[in-house]
Amino acid sequence: MLSIKNLHASVEDKEILKGLNLEVKAGEVHAIMGPNGAGKSSLASVLAGRENYEVTEGTVTLDGVDILEMAPEDRAREGVFLAFQYPIEIPGVSNINFLKTAMNEIRAYRGQVPLTAKEFLQRSREKQELVEFDAKLVNRSLNEGFSGGEKKRNEIFQLAMLEPKLAILDETDSGLDIDALRIVSRGVNKLRSENNAFILITHYQRLLDYIVPDFVHVLADGKIIKTGGKELALELEEKGYDWLTKN
Amino acid sequence: MTSIKQLESPLFESLAAQYDMLILHNQDSTKAYRTTAMEAFRKLGFPSIKNEEWRFTNILPVVKTSYELTAATTIDAEQLNKAKALIENTYSKLFAEDEVYRIVLINGVVATSLSNLPEQKGLHLCEIKEATEHAAFQEHFGKILNIKDNAFAALNSAMFQDGVFIAVEKNVVVEKPIHIIKVILSGQAMMQQSRDLFVLDQNAELNVVESYLTDIALPVFLNAAAEVVLAENAKFNHYDLQKADAHLRIIQRTEAAQKKHSNYSNYTFTLPGAGFVRNNLALHLNDEDIESHLYGLYLTADSQLVDNHTEVHHKMPRGESNQLYKGIMMDKSKAVFNGKIFVYEDAQKTNAFQQSNNVLFSEQATVNAKPQLEIFADDVKCSHGTTIGQLNKEALFYLKSRGIGETQAKQLMVKAFAFDVAEKIKIPALRNYVEALIETEMENR
Repeated sequence: MLSIKNLHASVEDKEILKGLNLEVKAGEVHAIMGPNGAGKSSLASVLAGRENYEVTEGTVTLDGVDILEMAPEDRAREGVFLAFQYPIEIPGVSNINFLKTAMNEIRAYRGQVPLTAKEFLQRSREKQELVEFDAKLVNRSLNEGFSGGEKKRNEIFQLAMLEPKLAILDETDSGLDIDALRIVSRGVNKLRSENNAFILITHYQRLLDYIVPDFVHVLADGKIIKTGGKELALELEEKGYDWLTKN
Repeated sequence: MTSIKQLESPLFESLAAQYDMLILHNQDSTKAYRTTAMEAFRKLGFPSIKNEEWRFTNILPVVKTSYELTAATTIDAEQLNKAKALIENTYSKLFAEDEVYRIVLINGVVATSLSNLPEQKGLHLCEIKEATEHAAFQEHFGKILNIKDNAFAALNSAMFQDGVFIAVEKNVVVEKPIHIIKVILSGQAMMQQSRDLFVLDQNAELNVVESYLTDIALPVFLNAAAEVVLAENAKFNHYDLQKADAHLRIIQRTEAAQKKHSNYSNYTFTLPGAGFVRNNLALHLNDEDIESHLYGLYLTADSQLVDNHTEVHHKMPRGESNQLYKGIMMDKSKAVFNGKIFVYEDAQKTNAFQQSNNVLFSEQATVNAKPQLEIFADDVKCSHGTTIGQLNKEALFYLKSRGIGETQAKQLMVKAFAFDVAEKIKIPALRNYVEALIETEMENR
């Protein structure tokens, strides 16, 4: 599904990613952990196409399609989804209209007819239920006045609606209390399938108790320096990162 | 004309000559007022940019054109057909026939056959020149507008030829909005001066929507003035929808005087089109417990100049004024916002708020915003704030990351930016219409 080869990227001439390699196959969940400033969130931003990141070397393909030259909206239409660490509040844009616009643009890109109002509503209800998202929030302005947890749950609701191939969750667990974490995780687990893949960026092993990954990677100084199974997360929790970065 | 605060223009001389003719033939009760006003205008002259009130708005291009000054008195069949087609094409989506009263003026002359004039007891609507003997006219005309310091208001007062008079009697609630459609059709450069007077007696309620339809090949300069009177507990929602041909130049002054418990709300929306727009809005809160709202939305494009000047005079205790102006400047357009709040010594417990937010949509667009507060009372709540920025890039990225394209994303954001002004529109059909206009304008960008 996703193939990242020798990825180098910089922000304002400062190199952040320094030759990163990652292969993610359909049906897999990958966790990326690592010390602060290692480049975890930068990786998410580069994949989603944030403007201020410049890719200087390497390739990223999604099902064989090179996405690096694509605008952010086209990446989304190809099936990339980034759940933001800090979802933006946009007063005046209703959550539901925003989603309808997004969905119809994605469908148009794929040559599908737009959903009828009824179909859209039905789907919206199903997904709200699936990810336990409060119906009252659906009709409000996008994230405006939402609590931290509500914002994160809205990201998962959007994820459920848009059904991307590859979802990148950038510290979705940060700022969540244990109940919200459970709800978010339940949502993600329900959305997992053999056709999609997840990349979880997180600081804490805690999230991985709820969403069990197939692989755990350690990202440090712009590169993946260690890859293991879910046990690696426990080891990191216990020992920190120093033992990996010291030599 | 000697001061550097004045502009020299041949238009001044031609207006003076036109005035002499006009005053010679004038036989109604406005004669003395017109004479005083002309004196004031002669004294003031056309303001140059050395005049603080006109610092960012150079009227030279407006006053150096030579215009036909003789006002129209008749409408021909061709104009009538053109106006009819324009109205049908433009407003079929705004109001259904039976939802509003409508008065159509073509170059200032009322087109009765296109109008749908009200027949409601206690509501008087006619051309201003027909109203000079009306008690409300006699009582209030010329009493509110400050012509001493405002050259264009003085000029208008001396020379206006047309306009609308509306008087609503005590306890009369006019449910349907009155839509005043100003159609301007001209093949030549033309100057038009119109004067409106709206008088609401105690407990009266009125909604007025003013708008323009233009088909003009050369510059048309509209110098307009309006006086608004609200007696105790009267309520007036006053909408001005400024969307017109690039050749249209508008300078207008609306001045309102309010009594106890009255509520005046002004909504001024300017869309791409009219090349030069200067709106002056002045409110006098002359009594206790008054409420006033001033909402402005300007979406400017091409080389448009849109200037909004407001004055709110809190003269008595417990007044409340809310001011929210929002602008989006595109292309090489220029906007000016100048808002003044005066809180007089007696106006204790005043709440006066003013906010002006501006988004520059292009690198060549300009905005000059100047909020001012002058407070002479000691127990008041006042605030003002101005922001000038670009569209939030993070928000734009967020929308794009969900598959929404650049154009659609910008459209959503502009609509969102305009939202808190648009949502104040109390007539749902008008709100939808304004939002659709914004959307259409953004689609073409």
